[in-house]
Amino acid sequence: MELPVISNSAPAAEGGGCASSGCGTAPDALGHLPDHIRAKVQDHPCYSEEAHHYFARMHVAVAPACNIQCNYCNRKYDCSNESRPGVVSEVLTPKQAINKVLAVAAEIPQMTVLGIAGPGDPLANPARTFETFEELSARAPDIKLCVSTNGLNLPMYVDRIAQHNIDHVTITINCVDPEVGAKIYPWIFWENKRIFGVEGARILIEQQQLGLQMLTDRGILVKVNSVLIPGVNDEHLKEVSKIVKAKGAFLHNVMPLIAEAEHGTYYGIMEQPEPTPEMLQDLQDACAGDMAMMRHCRQCRADAVGLLGEDRGDEFTMDKIDVMEVDYEAAMVRRKVVHDEIIEKLDAKRGIVNPKAEELGIPADARPVLMAVAGKNGVVAEHFGHAKEFLIYEASPEGVRFMSHRKTELYCGGMDSCGDGDVAEAGATESLLDRNIRVLEGCEVVLCSKVGYEPWAKLEAAGIAPNGEHAMEPIEEAVMAVYKEIAATGKLSPAAETLKVA
Amino acid sequence: MALQITESCVNCWACVDVCPNDAIYEDKPHFLIDDGKCTECLGDHSVPQCAAICPIEMAIVDELGAFLNPPGSLTGIPIEKLKQFGLWKDAA
Repeated sequence: MELPVISNSAPAAEGGGCASSGCGTAPDALGHLPDHIRAKVQDHPCYSEEAHHYFARMHVAVAPACNIQCNYCNRKYDCSNESRPGVVSEVLTPKQAINKVLAVAAEIPQMTVLGIAGPGDPLANPARTFETFEELSARAPDIKLCVSTNGLNLPMYVDRIAQHNIDHVTITINCVDPEVGAKIYPWIFWENKRIFGVEGARILIEQQQLGLQMLTDRGILVKVNSVLIPGVNDEHLKEVSKIVKAKGAFLHNVMPLIAEAEHGTYYGIMEQPEPTPEMLQDLQDACAGDMAMMRHCRQCRADAVGLLGEDRGDEFTMDKIDVMEVDYEAAMVRRKVVHDEIIEKLDAKRGIVNPKAEELGIPADARPVLMAVAGKNGVVAEHFGHAKEFLIYEASPEGVRFMSHRKTELYCGGMDSCGDGDVAEAGATESLLDRNIRVLEGCEVVLCSKVGYEPWAKLEAAGIAPNGEHAMEPIEEAVMAVYKEIAATGKLSPAAETLKVA
Repeated sequence: MALQITESCVNCWACVDVCPNDAIYEDKPHFLIDDGKCTECLGDHSVPQCAAICPIEMAIVDELGAFLNPPGSLTGIPIEKLKQFGLWKDAA
């Protein structure tokens, strides 16, 4: 079966294009898809940029074992202060996981998706992974199941994946060339042996590509995740994107490498540089010609709970779940009402054609402007100082599109908060405010509900115009309104210098 | 003749699933190998399976206390770096 691929090409003038929401997985991009596929992704926060504002997901950590080593991963994964892939607080048995899913689904009705993503590789833990899926597909048929894998064991489990109605699979594919692979994967465990270097990478790549083809042949939606590792696979990922698209992958999610010495990973200890936000964006843009790109990934933990970008895992620890009584039949009725309401709202939004730039008095040759937004649930919502992340939008005569998110907090509070002083010292000297302003590099405006006096002055000094005029307005509308204000000052003509204050 | 798991173990379950003798069991603070059951995989596999999949250096030792996966052997991190970060030991 051939799966259609969402087009990322520039929007047609009359179509509204990217103006109504984020690019790539925006509602209008989903509009190109046949109904049965759109229905599969419209409420999946990890597959649809729009859905992630409204629908939540959770991961259950039933899969601790792994069968490969990646240079960005450290298998010592029990730090509760970090948020990054592979990190969890407690590994669950399938029974515990099922209780947790039912409790969360009853409590957070907009939770539509249950994924198994680790902390190891789900398909290296087939008994625990499939027991969890089997039980959940029987007891909670209204929850979508998905799985994320390194792909090594994928071909041998494709039929079981299909059998359990798991119709979203994410494969992490960082390369298609074993020579590149050997710089990312030191070894794999394959046919009862540990296989190092190029040979191990060659087998892994073969299995990933075979697994991808087998999934798309069966009509299962596949998202490909790639970690951008500067100097290792940055240029190479353009080829990866072409190849996975040709094999029928539906969406490509290029994520920045996280490499901090205090995480104890090979790349962290060897001081492998992380990509800058600009490098990531450039690569995503370069791949976008071939493939729909996901730009809203939050690189979450293998036990994350809630909307992307938030983690409510602390509300659902096993001791709390053990004393919750869940009537799932009743919960399903409530959940359906909530889901229908959200879908109805999204459908209504899809019908609205946003005004074209020229109707707003924006010249067709105006230069694009990057704006940072402290947003939540699709509106400008957060106080500058409280924002844990900024959503980066680009406004241009074509409209407003979501580009990326940038975190304002360190991934890890350092060894003191980890309670484990055996790795590096976290030598942070920069003030949090200075750091947050640095995170906004390249943006000319920051929209938030409020900005304090001190950050206001520092933001202006850094050439970023603070704007608190659009609190609680929908993000795209607010960004376009500010873009229009800037256009009115004449600062958007191609020759004009970067504006200092809007 | 049996292998043992050291305190470096992170309880990832990988070895449990591949042991042909069901010799590995859950315990606190980490998994252990039943020395009555462990055969070091002789007759089943060319290499001990627990040590072949274990992702953690220094977590599995033989009867003499020698590491089956010594420091640096799995990650490729040079020994001087391991020493600098307090990740190096020469014996269990």
